[in-house]
Amino acid sequence: MAIINLNVNGKKHTVDVDPKTPILWVLRDHLNLVGTKYGCGVAACGACTIHLDGSAIRSCQLPVSAVGSKQITTIEGLSENGDHPVQKAWLEHDVSQCGYCQAGQMMNAAALLKRNPNPTDADIDAAMNGNICRCGTYLRIKAAIKTAAKL
Amino acid sequence: MTVVKTSINRRKFLKVSSMAGGGLLLSFSWLAGWAQEQAENLPLPKEWFELNSYIKIGADGSITLMSPNPEFGSNVKTSMPMILAEELDINWKDVTVEQADFYPERFERQFTGGSQAIRQGWKHLRTAGATARRLLINAAAKTWNVPEAEITTEAGSLIHQSSGKKAGYGEMASLAATLPVPKEVLLKNTGNFKIIGSSIKNVEGKNIVTGKPLFGVDIREEGMLVAMITHPPAFGLKVKSVNDAAAKSMPGIKDVFTIKTLADDYERNGFDTTSFTELVVVVGKTTWEVMNAKKALKIEWEKISDSNIVVAGWGGKQTVKIPAGLESTTGHLAQMAEFSKKPGRILRKDGDPEGAFSKAAKILERTYTAPFLAHNCMEPVNCYAHVTADAAVINGPIQAPEFIRNTLSARLGMAKEKIHIKLARMGGGFGQRAYGHHMVEAAIISQKIQAPVKLMYTREDDMTYGIYRPTYTATYRAALDANNNLLALHVKAGGIPETPIHADRFPAGAIDNYLAEGWQIESNITIGAFRAPRSNFIASAEQSFLDELAETMGKDPLDFRLELMERARTNPVGKNNDYDAERYAGVLKLVKEKSKWNEAKPGVHRGVSAYFCHNSYVAEVVELEIRNKKPIVHNVVAAVDCGIVINPDAAINMGEGGIVDGIGNALYGELTFKEGVPQKNNFNTYRMIRHGEAPKSIDIHFVDNKKDPTGLGEPLFPPVFAAVANALYKATGKRFYTQPFMKELEKLS
Repeated sequence: MAIINLNVNGKKHTVDVDPKTPILWVLRDHLNLVGTKYGCGVAACGACTIHLDGSAIRSCQLPVSAVGSKQITTIEGLSENGDHPVQKAWLEHDVSQCGYCQAGQMMNAAALLKRNPNPTDADIDAAMNGNICRCGTYLRIKAAIKTAAKL
Repeated sequence: MTVVKTSINRRKFLKVSSMAGGGLLLSFSWLAGWAQEQAENLPLPKEWFELNSYIKIGADGSITLMSPNPEFGSNVKTSMPMILAEELDINWKDVTVEQADFYPERFERQFTGGSQAIRQGWKHLRTAGATARRLLINAAAKTWNVPEAEITTEAGSLIHQSSGKKAGYGEMASLAATLPVPKEVLLKNTGNFKIIGSSIKNVEGKNIVTGKPLFGVDIREEGMLVAMITHPPAFGLKVKSVNDAAAKSMPGIKDVFTIKTLADDYERNGFDTTSFTELVVVVGKTTWEVMNAKKALKIEWEKISDSNIVVAGWGGKQTVKIPAGLESTTGHLAQMAEFSKKPGRILRKDGDPEGAFSKAAKILERTYTAPFLAHNCMEPVNCYAHVTADAAVINGPIQAPEFIRNTLSARLGMAKEKIHIKLARMGGGFGQRAYGHHMVEAAIISQKIQAPVKLMYTREDDMTYGIYRPTYTATYRAALDANNNLLALHVKAGGIPETPIHADRFPAGAIDNYLAEGWQIESNITIGAFRAPRSNFIASAEQSFLDELAETMGKDPLDFRLELMERARTNPVGKNNDYDAERYAGVLKLVKEKSKWNEAKPGVHRGVSAYFCHNSYVAEVVELEIRNKKPIVHNVVAAVDCGIVINPDAAINMGEGGIVDGIGNALYGELTFKEGVPQKNNFNTYRMIRHGEAPKSIDIHFVDNKKDPTGLGEPLFPPVFAAVANALYKATGKRFYTQPFMKELEKLS
């Protein structure tokens, strides 16, 4: 066990955990930020996507000890009032079916738009390919990303 | 307007019968639960007036509508309350929707599955809305001392035209809640619908996009522990011994033990699984700690012996043999090939098929095969349970709470009424979550450790647990005369462990000499409902065969299907055809028009397919090309007849999902076995369709016929497989008989 300081969604937190614990489980079990989802545990589905200093990463693969002073952003911290362009676009296109994968999809989409404000279809396919949706909302996700790019 | 009786039978009853389309009919009287009948037991909230189980109105005019059915992504939490709101005659903006707990004394058929939520909820929800509206009218009539017939409603207001009196529903709600239930109520004319047929956004949309706790996995309660199970690594194995010394000493671990979920002689219902009834459990403080301790378990496994279980399912009570053995896909394929050659059980016979085949000038025979599939809901299996000496609270993903409550009651030794099942939003269901084994497991663990617990499966536990879509094989034969006229059709199909045949569906009824035979092979690999059970395979085989048959006969594949439909409509063969040939033909004609089937479309190859299941009719045209040996689906055009569409944009969303899911499973979906071990256990090996593989566009058209609504979550799924196969044929010149098609495509140089 180790005492570890974290900066999550702009707030400082201290946790006493096994340093090998993936940040996914620290968020969910210790910080009660359950918006980030467990889907596979092997970085193959994208449900656990968060931002580390603004870049999209798979939180199931990042040990809490490796976070250091980097800023973590989760779906709960993507915007203060749920009005990030991606969130607004997701609502406009009524993307969600079951909704389970959507936090990961949105975090990945937000990171994509940050580095590429006007992605083409091919850019979106390439960037989003690691995020699975069994409900099959891919077309709406793509449309929402394009809408978000304009907001 | 339609007059409906509100009171049919106040005694609670449960009626279960099997239905066409693989669905089921479940019905019990909801009137028994009405508030005014239970006023002594159920104190009304101060600020809310409950007009019935579904509808509460506040004095300020705010309205709470209960959504009775569990939500797994088909958007019933929005569409079912829309039906209530329509008949209640209110503004949707005044509505708050609440998820009902499982409460069969108050709600009708709290089961999401078989694409039946809307179809079977339709009349009850309309009646509940209309009855509440009528109570408000009666309250206004009493208050104003005017005849009830002179009062109209509009968007949450009561109006008496001649006197100019007007009141909001909130003002009359307290009186309305005390009035007797009218014996009959009027339902709206479908032409006057304002809310039904308008696109209303998912009521949970904002909560989803902001990451609010909604799912079973998100549950946290005071004092809650985390539990994980370990099940045998192969079907055909069971626990022999457990060495838990290392696991028990690991940080955060509270206990390690073995549980027996169902007694061997327990009479199961159709939703009690037979997978792995003995499990090793690790309980601890946090998920990561428990996950690590689970890895430290040293478990010895041993082979199971043959056994028999009794299942009282919809088909009646039967004894099912669970054979010993470690099964492999190679063995399955050999067994299925052998059974395909033997005579099967005759499921339907019209005319003289043997005679027709004996004098045929030409016989076309093709065999189609598909593998086991895992559901792969994005949310792994999980469940919260808190069981004390005299009550149990269970909260987790469940499509069919009614069935698992009986099992929980039997297993916990607790009266059903003491078991409170809450219906967490599900991160996907697709049939898998109709099987509530996780609820029983969580409850037993909580009972044993005497603490609230959240059971979590890893993805690997989930994917290797069973309840799979079965593997199937179907052989179709057509007898043709010298002029290529169709004389007879013969289908023989089976699977492990069930036949996929719906014997009275098309093309039965369209062919004079018709024979359908079925067979099945017993197995210890467990199977279960998977988006459009049986239909999802037989549609792919049948619609691929009809395509090849049309070509053999020198006909356009779409027109050939229409010819068969016309025969079934005007002069049907046999009496038990369980489809409406006119509606079937209707979706084919619509897809023909919308896809511009008769016009050449350069750059793409097209395949058509149509199927009827879950009481709805769907025809689809897939347009694709092969680029770098990979299929690129440019567009899918679908025509759907599911009667009245409650929420059009949400319906399109679900339709798109069914099509994307179908393309994914047709091209990539596969689970194989070696010595009982599933050969894939996570998304790094199990191929799911990804963003870049989804169609570039999907174009869905609904038939506008004002008929009562039917299924939608499943019917768009089965026809996609053959539409893909038929389009791949056009693109490659090779027919695709074996799923997943991508494997076959890779074999082509």
